[in-house]
Amino acid sequence: MRFMMLMYPAIDTDAKNWEPSAEDVAAMTAYNEELTKAGVLLSLDGLRPPADGARVSFSGRAPTVTDGPFAEAKEVVGGYWLIQASSKEEAVEWASRCPGADGDFIEVRRVFEMEDFPEDVQEAGQLSERPPEQT
Amino acid sequence: MSGGGEPSRAIEAVWRIESARLIAALARMTGDVSLAEDLAQDALVAALERWPESGVPENPGAWLMATAKNRAIDLARRGKRFEDRREQLAREAGMRMAMDAAEHEAALGAELGEDILGLIFTSCHPLLSTEARVALTLRLLGGLSTEEIARAFLVSEPTVAQRIVRAKRTLKEAHAPFEAPQGEQLDERLPSVLEVIYLVFNEGYAATAGESWMRLDLCEEALRLGRVLAGLAPKQPEVHGLVALMEIQASRAAARTGSSGEPVLLLDQNRARWDPLLVRRGLAALERAEKLSRGAFGPYTVQAAIAACHARARSAEETDWARIAALYDALAQLTPSPVVELNRAVAVSMAFGPEGGLELVEALTAEGSLEGYHLLHSVRADLLAKLGRSAEAREEFERAAAMTENTRERELLLQRAHIVAS
Repeated sequence: MRFMMLMYPAIDTDAKNWEPSAEDVAAMTAYNEELTKAGVLLSLDGLRPPADGARVSFSGRAPTVTDGPFAEAKEVVGGYWLIQASSKEEAVEWASRCPGADGDFIEVRRVFEMEDFPEDVQEAGQLSERPPEQT
Repeated sequence: MSGGGEPSRAIEAVWRIESARLIAALARMTGDVSLAEDLAQDALVAALERWPESGVPENPGAWLMATAKNRAIDLARRGKRFEDRREQLAREAGMRMAMDAAEHEAALGAELGEDILGLIFTSCHPLLSTEARVALTLRLLGGLSTEEIARAFLVSEPTVAQRIVRAKRTLKEAHAPFEAPQGEQLDERLPSVLEVIYLVFNEGYAATAGESWMRLDLCEEALRLGRVLAGLAPKQPEVHGLVALMEIQASRAAARTGSSGEPVLLLDQNRARWDPLLVRRGLAALERAEKLSRGAFGPYTVQAAIAACHARARSAEETDWARIAALYDALAQLTPSPVVELNRAVAVSMAFGPEGGLELVEALTAEGSLEGYHLLHSVRADLLAKLGRSAEAREEFERAAAMTENTRERELLLQRAHIVAS
């Protein structure tokens, strides 16, 4: 099974500058290496602050676009890891080993597999026979 | 860690992550894989007793290691064989020193990888039967219980337990040193390791979908072991080749069965259901393998290159069959087998027309080793049909249909026999 570990760092979400210290990066790199060595890491990314981002919200017909930062946002995703684990407990154990700072939290979520869906949804999920080109 | 379900499941999770390192480090200290596993198991039992009350410690790996080491010193102290008190003390002191030295080295961080590599090569020791190697690898490196291994391989638990006990005895009796081979020896023994990993993968991959998640889990475990090995032996092209092969094959998992569970052949699969993440990872691993091979590809790298030809084609029609035919040619020279030859015949016919393919198939038929193999006959039938030799094609489709045990496949072959005749 696959799990996504979503990191919610406890930092000022309005801040323009999300750059972590060299020390924090070293600790996080060691953690990422540990996941790699264990053969469980599938992919990961860190996200730039919401101040650089935008929100596209849907209600009614036309989507509304709001540029960041978002005043009301308390919890903001700062990055993610996609890992393979044999149980939710194992994914939680990996998340627990992250060198998180005070107030950070990681949400552990299992990735949907096609088999999780009823048949009609599976059918709808395979309308295209021709995937986009990859490099 | 706290919360999140049953404590025993949380401990099991810690075990899955920690057991290989624990056993590997203990095996180096004691020089005895069997004893190392016993010590690790004792530590697990202690954890199962204590952690539900005390909570999982902050560094569960260190806790397990300390507990296992205390147990080792305890055993040395109580050793009944040492009647001479001085000899007993010497042994105990020796064990302590070995433990301290190991701890010091572990603190330096460099030894751990070597230990794991040693454990992999010991579990896949050429002295052991393939079945024993598989069971020992899953047990010592995957942290799987005997019951889990038995379920995955559809054999009884006592059978697996027996295999493991016997394997450990064989290693002990042969005084197999606990170490990762170096240089030429490594090249010599690597295929035995790769074979075990690919066997685990195929055991899971060959299972029909939905049967049991445990079997699909085997594919993931094999992939994980492959990636671990690639990290530990990064200069070995075939390790990357095997990882590439498994990642690309695994990428097709969701497309391999239809809605009623029937198998879907590669060329009929909906490529939109291939997992792009695994395809990407597989192609990247193949690139590493090819760079390291310097032109002389090993069998796993060649098979991965074939899989990559399919992965790169956006539709079945866009497949680079000429390249696949050339790769099968290379594979037939590396690992000659009639099945490889049959695959080569298919690729040749797709690339250059049915005549060339049929020529190879006729040679195989004459040679006779695939006699009774329905795919030989269905391939021959297909080529005959393409060449307009309808009557022969029909006969051959019917022959293939009579040979397959799969009902759905038989229906399909009979249908083709009917079509070609009309």
